[in-house]
This record gives sequence, structure tokens and C-alpha cells, in this order.
Amino acid sequence: MSTLLELDRISHAYGAQVIVNELSFELEKGEIGCLLGPSGCGKTTVLRCIAGFEPIVSGEIRLNEISVSRAGFVLPPEQRRVGMVFQEYALFPHLTVTANVGFGLHRSTKAERAHRVAELLQITGLMEVANRYPHELSGGQQQRVALVRALAPYPDLILLDEPFSNLDVSLREYLGQEIRELLKKLNITAILVTHDQAEAFAVADKIGVMHAGKMMQWGSAHELYHHPANRFIADFIGQGTLIPGKVTHSDKVETELGTLAGNIYHPGHSSREIAGSQVDVLIRPDDVIHDNDSSLRAVVVHKAFRGAQFLYTLRLASGQSVLSLISSHHDHAIGEKIGIRPQTDHIVVFDRVNSQ
Amino acid sequence: MKNDFSSVNPAAISDIQQHSSYEAGYGIRRAWRVFPFLVAGVVLVPVCVVFASFLSPDDEIWQHLISTTLPSLLTNTLWLSLGVIVGTSLLGVSLAWFTSVYRFPGYRFFSWALFLPLAIPAYVIAFVALGTFDYTGPVQTSLRHWFNSDLLWFPDIRSGPGVAIVMTLAFYPYVYLLSRDAFLTQGKRLLEVAQSLGFTRQQGFFRVVLPMARPWIVAGIMLALMETLADFGTVSIFNYDTFTTAIYKTWFGMFSLSTASQLASLLILIVLVIIMTEQRFRLRMRFSESRKSARVERIPLTGWQAMAVTGFAGTVLFFAFALPIIQLGIWAMDALTIGLDQRYLEFAWHSILLSVLAALITCLVAAMLAYAARLHSDGYTRFAIRLTTVGYALPGAVLAVGIFIPMAWLDNLLSDWIENISGVETGLLIQGTLTVMLVAYMTRFLAVSYFPLESALQRVTRSIDEAAAGFGVTGWSMLRMIYFPMLKSSLFTAATLVFVDVMKEMPITLMTRPFDWDTLAVRIFSLTSEGQWDQAALPALTLILTGLIPIILLIRHSET
Repeated sequence: MSTLLELDRISHAYGAQVIVNELSFELEKGEIGCLLGPSGCGKTTVLRCIAGFEPIVSGEIRLNEISVSRAGFVLPPEQRRVGMVFQEYALFPHLTVTANVGFGLHRSTKAERAHRVAELLQITGLMEVANRYPHELSGGQQQRVALVRALAPYPDLILLDEPFSNLDVSLREYLGQEIRELLKKLNITAILVTHDQAEAFAVADKIGVMHAGKMMQWGSAHELYHHPANRFIADFIGQGTLIPGKVTHSDKVETELGTLAGNIYHPGHSSREIAGSQVDVLIRPDDVIHDNDSSLRAVVVHKAFRGAQFLYTLRLASGQSVLSLISSHHDHAIGEKIGIRPQTDHIVVFDRVNSQ
Repeated sequence: MKNDFSSVNPAAISDIQQHSSYEAGYGIRRAWRVFPFLVAGVVLVPVCVVFASFLSPDDEIWQHLISTTLPSLLTNTLWLSLGVIVGTSLLGVSLAWFTSVYRFPGYRFFSWALFLPLAIPAYVIAFVALGTFDYTGPVQTSLRHWFNSDLLWFPDIRSGPGVAIVMTLAFYPYVYLLSRDAFLTQGKRLLEVAQSLGFTRQQGFFRVVLPMARPWIVAGIMLALMETLADFGTVSIFNYDTFTTAIYKTWFGMFSLSTASQLASLLILIVLVIIMTEQRFRLRMRFSESRKSARVERIPLTGWQAMAVTGFAGTVLFFAFALPIIQLGIWAMDALTIGLDQRYLEFAWHSILLSVLAALITCLVAAMLAYAARLHSDGYTRFAIRLTTVGYALPGAVLAVGIFIPMAWLDNLLSDWIENISGVETGLLIQGTLTVMLVAYMTRFLAVSYFPLESALQRVTRSIDEAAAGFGVTGWSMLRMIYFPMLKSSLFTAATLVFVDVMKEMPITLMTRPFDWDTLAVRIFSLTSEGQWDQAALPALTLILTGLIPIILLIRHSET
């Protein structure tokens, strides 16, 4: 494995307005990366900087260890070997599927082009619509054509801008997996941009969570969930609440829920270093289980049906609330007091913030 | 009071009301069904009259035409059309491309300012060009003075290329308008796709953006071409004979209405081909329509490239808009120092009266058509409504002939009939009034007012109707409380468009007005045919000022 793409503290700005701020990450060959964040966080701009459509004001972008963007220099997009799938696909309306896909193969011979197009249409099951025009295709087919068109000239990297946002919600998960399998089969390196966590988890190997132009954390889905680098990530990825606590041992935290035991994770400090300090403890819904025998009681303030389970919002005696996933056999009314107990083997803590 | 109400079953009341209004509504609905067909009939009469004369060709007339004017009419029309096609597409497409994708000094200003020439009637640009660049005009005079020679190298502006240049300057905004629409929605994005597939920007423009925008560009060129064929004022000022001037000359010079209608039938045939081409490309436009892409940043131009683009846009705007206005201003000042033509106010009053009447009639009919289309959405009604809007494609000279002939026939019939039963000799009743003109304007400009009203009416969704009906608001009160407030601004827009079009309309007014009943446009025609540029300047400026109103509306609409 070797590094294909490196973003080294890049910044992008329109005049005084900073859109991307000192952002860095790396991507190995064959990996699928994802930039995840709310709209307006600058993730699409990062993608456009990588493609070469936007200049950067500081830092450096390297592709295959060659500098392609830095302050005052942008290698033109057409010389980067980077394919792009646009959010609205931007298929050429006046060309058939075959002509759209073959469009980027202008340096190949006619026979090579025909072969490559046929091969890709075959793999993606687009063969029977090969002679249709874009407006005659379904949304999912249009998306596949856009992807295949970008793949055709053997780019080193594929960029996908919100690839599922124009599709039915019901289709997204399925198509996400389909795209992942295709990219893996062809051993393509890719980056996608999305605001949807489920999409990011379904498709990507590495996920970067962005907020206000900054990279909050870059890592696997597992790392983001279990080792959040800061409160933003803890709040953004998955569900949970923070409750005050005190670290008593290197593997024990005292909280209102009782003494929690397990591996303590604190971003920036080892568990021994923080022994004795006041912290905020991240409690995920699966950390709190229903137990009628428990002396710890909490009031149901809200509940949401999730099929097999209810997601209950519970209020503790102090007024602090926690979430709990409880089997949907246990249908408790709002206002009811139920018994709960903590069950943790991994505890994420942050330095106490006084305002909380 | 409360008790009184509760003693009656409210459901029963509403039952009765609904039932009776339904009964009454049925007959009215039927009337609405017929209305579009009636209007379509009125619009089709001139077309049929003209076509009838094509189907019953008068051999003698054709022999005469072929041996005299027809060959030169055809070649003149052909060369002029080619010149306008090349000119408007070069100017329109390049300006649209620069202003929609690049950033250069003044790009914001040029984006809207390049629409402005639409406010100037082509015949005004034409006489300004003649007055400025002709042998006796200020440019040649001062050049002669400077070089102290006779300037034999100076091209004769009063020529085929001269007309083509003037019309290009007048009509390029149609191509600009439509191709800019295409480029703004997808131009830069498609360029990026091409770049990500390994093409340079230049290759991307020619291989992706231009082919993609072809339907828009062609539609724009077809509009320019229709204006070219319909034009009467420009070619007559330049003494460049085309079908429209030939129709006028045979009718009013040789008093041969039948020759005029034979010529009109040939012109209408050419126009028909163009309309069909335009419609085909419109259809493709609908297919190519894609979602408007997210706002993308413009590509900055620097150095000489930026200067060149700004200079180019500035030059076009100067010749198509600034120069005419400045020159007209100078002439108008000259003319005013001698004294205001007393009859100017009379002409202006005629123009305004005519335009207001035409706008009111046309908008009323258009609104009724739009409402009929809403009540009856069947294929026949839609077809009838489409027919009612074809008048816009008819050159004014053709329409004048096509309406005058049946009106004259009707007039004779009417006066004969009255004379027969009452013994009173009435003379001609319809000719000599404004009726013929107003019917012709309505026919020609129905489309102009129909489309804004129709799209506005579509905003009043059926659920709004139903919601209003739920509150017991139906019939006239629905019209007053729902439709009128929601359509007010579109009605105003539609009326303004018709008003301005009638103000500057020349051939219909010239050929069907009551004797000696002049308007500003007619006055410009007679003054310029005598070379009195300075006298024509004030009426021309008046027309430009009113013409600016819809252009400003258009700009405001396209900027938001």
C-alpha cells in the first residue's frame, strides 16, 4: 500500500471568507475516503480543490507524491487523472449513454474505446440502455452512467460529490453498497462527500468529519464512534449524552449512574494521567440497560419506536438525561419510572466543561 | 341571532347552493369551451386569406413578378438572412458565454446591459446608422476634413452588408438571451466535466458546451430570423427590397392588393419553415433541461484576455445602444432649438391611445383564453389555443394584407345590406376606424400577453381553487378575491409588453390606419424616407424610452 493522495494543511478562501481551514488527510491507494459534515462545512470545496477546480491559498495537495496544488499554482484539472461524479451528474444531454461513457477516451483508438465502454457497461449492467439518452434513464441509472463515465479513462482517483442526494431514500443504501463493491472490484481509490452518516459508514473505509472548514477527525467508522477526538465528534457520530463524573481509578469512573468500569479513553491523555479528575462521560444508548431489580430509577420523558427496540430518553434524579435502547417488549408510558443500570466496558471521557 | 342560525340545518343550505351553482356553472363552462375556437378562427382568417391567394395563383401576376422583382427579392432575403444568422450567432453566443462563465472588468454590468438594445426598434438603429455613417453624416464629413480627401475607401453603409450589420446589432439579444440561459444553467458544470475527463477548457467549450447549447442557440437564431423577415422599417430606410417592402409598394404604389397578397403568401411559407425548425429545437430543449446546478464560481480572466473581453462587450454595447441614443439626443436637441413640431403631441397621443386600447383588448382575450385552458384541458382546446398564438410569427405586412381583405369585404357587405333595408347610404363603416388595426394587433400580439398570463395562472393551483371553494368563495368572487390579486402583476406585465410592441409596430399601422392618422412610428417612417433624421429623433427617443420598460422588467426577472 502506498499513499496516493495527501492534503497537507490546505486552506481555501473567497476573499476574506475562509472556506477550508488548514485541513489535512491522506488516502492510500485503493481506499475509499469520505468527507462527512453538515451542508456548508466546506466539504464540497475540498473535493473541488482536489479536482483542481479551485485554487488553494496555503498548504499543498500531492497526488502520487507530485505537488498538484499549492499557493499560486494549480495543475489544470485535465492533467490530474482525477475523475469526478457531480452531484447532479451533469450528463451530456445530447449524447447517448455509450457516447457519454466514451467521451473521456478521446486519446484511445476507436476499437479500444468501444471495448472499454462495452466492458464498463457490462460490469454495471447498463448494456441494455447503451443507446438511450440521459433523460430516458432512471435516477439510479443516470448515477451509474456518471460514475462509469468518470471511471472510463482509468483515473487514479474518483471524486463523488453527494452521489446519492438525488435518489430515493429507499435506494440509497442499496446503491451505496453497489458502488462500494464496484470500486473495490476495480481497485479504485475514491473520495465521496456526504452529509449522511449511514451513507458514509456503508461506503467508506476512512471518514473525515468536517465542521466549519476544519477537519474534526479522520479515521475509520469504528474509531470515530469509539474513540471520538472531541465533543463535536461524540455528538455528531451516533447518539449519546454527556454526564458529569469523576475518574477514581485508571479503569473506574464515578457517575450518577453508579461506578462505571472498563477501559477509559480520553483524547490526548492516558487513563492514568487523568485519575482523580472531574470529567464528562459519554453515555451511548447501549450503555444503559433496563433492569427492574435495579435501585437506580429514571423517568421516561420521551420514547421513539425503532422496531425491535424503543429509544427511551430518561431523566435521572439530578435532571440529567440519558438515552437507552430497550427491547420493544418493554412498552413504558411517558412519565413512568423504570429501573436501569449501566453496562460499559469502554468509557469515553472528556475534560469537564464548567458550564455543563 | 345565533339561535336563528342553529334552527336551520346548515348542510341543507349548502346543498341547495351547490346544486344551483353547479347547474348555472354548466352552461358557462360550455361557453368557455367554445371561446378558444372563436379566437382561433379570428386569428386564422388572415392566414387563410393569404394562403388562399397562394393556392389560387394569378399567372399573370406571377409572370410579371418573376420577370421583374422576384429574383432580387429572393436573393436579397437570402443574403440578409445569412448575414443575420452569422452575425447574431457570433455576437450572441460569444457574449453569452463570456458573461455567464467568466469574470472580467464590468461583467456584472454587461450581463444585463447587453439586453438593452432590445429596447431600440431596428428601424431606429437603421436610420441612426445611415445618418451617422452616410456620405453626408458626421463621421465621413469629419474624416474627409481630416484627410482632406474624398474617402473612396469608405464602405457604403447603404448596402446589403450594412442592413445585415444593423439587424445583427438589433437582433443579437435574442441569441444572447437564450444561449445565456443555457450556459448559466449548465455551462460551467459541463466544462468541468470535460476537464475532469482530460479536455482543456477550449476543447471542452467546442466539444461539449456548444453542442449541448445548440437547441437554445438555434431557437435564438430563429427568433432573430423571424424578426428579420418581418422587418419592414429597416429595409425600407435602407432601400433594400425584401418581401415586406415589396408588399407595401405593390399595395400602396401600384394599388395591386392581389399582387401584395401573392407576395405575402410566399413570405408566409418561408416563415412557416422557420417556425417548424424552431419548434423542433424547442422540443429538444425540453429534453436537455437539467436541474439548475448549484452556483458555481466564475473563472477569472486577467491581463490582455480580460481587457479584450471587456473591450469587445463594450464595443457591441456602444454601437447597438449608446451611439444611437447619443446621436438621437444630439439630433433631438437640434430639432428642438428650431421648435417642437406641433403635431408631435398629436402623434404621441395617437400612439398611446392605440397601444392602450390594443393592450386592454389583447390582455382581456389572453386572460380569457388562459382561463378557458384551465377549465378545459382537452387536446382540442389546447390545439385551438396554440393556433391563437401563431399570429406572432406572421410578419406585420402579411397580417395587414390578410386582415384588410376580409375586412373590406365585410365592410362592403355591411353597407350594402344597410342600404338595402334602410335606403341610407352609410359609406364604409369599418375602414376608416381603428377596428382593422386593433384586430390586427390582437392577432399579432396575443402570444405576447398569453404566455405570461398562462404561466401565472399555473401558479394558482387547483388546491387553491378548492381551498377557496371550501370557504364558499366561487364564481365571480373567486375571480375577484383569488385570481385577480394573484394575476395582477402578470396582467400588468402582459399589458406592458403589448403596449410597447404596438408603440413601435410599423407595417400594420402604416398599412391599415385611417387616412392621415399618423402615429410616432408612422411619422418616423415618413420623416426618414425623406432623410430628415433630426426631425425623427424625438419620436424615436420616445419609443426607446417606452421600450426600456419591458427590458427592465426582463432584466429584473432574469437577475432574480
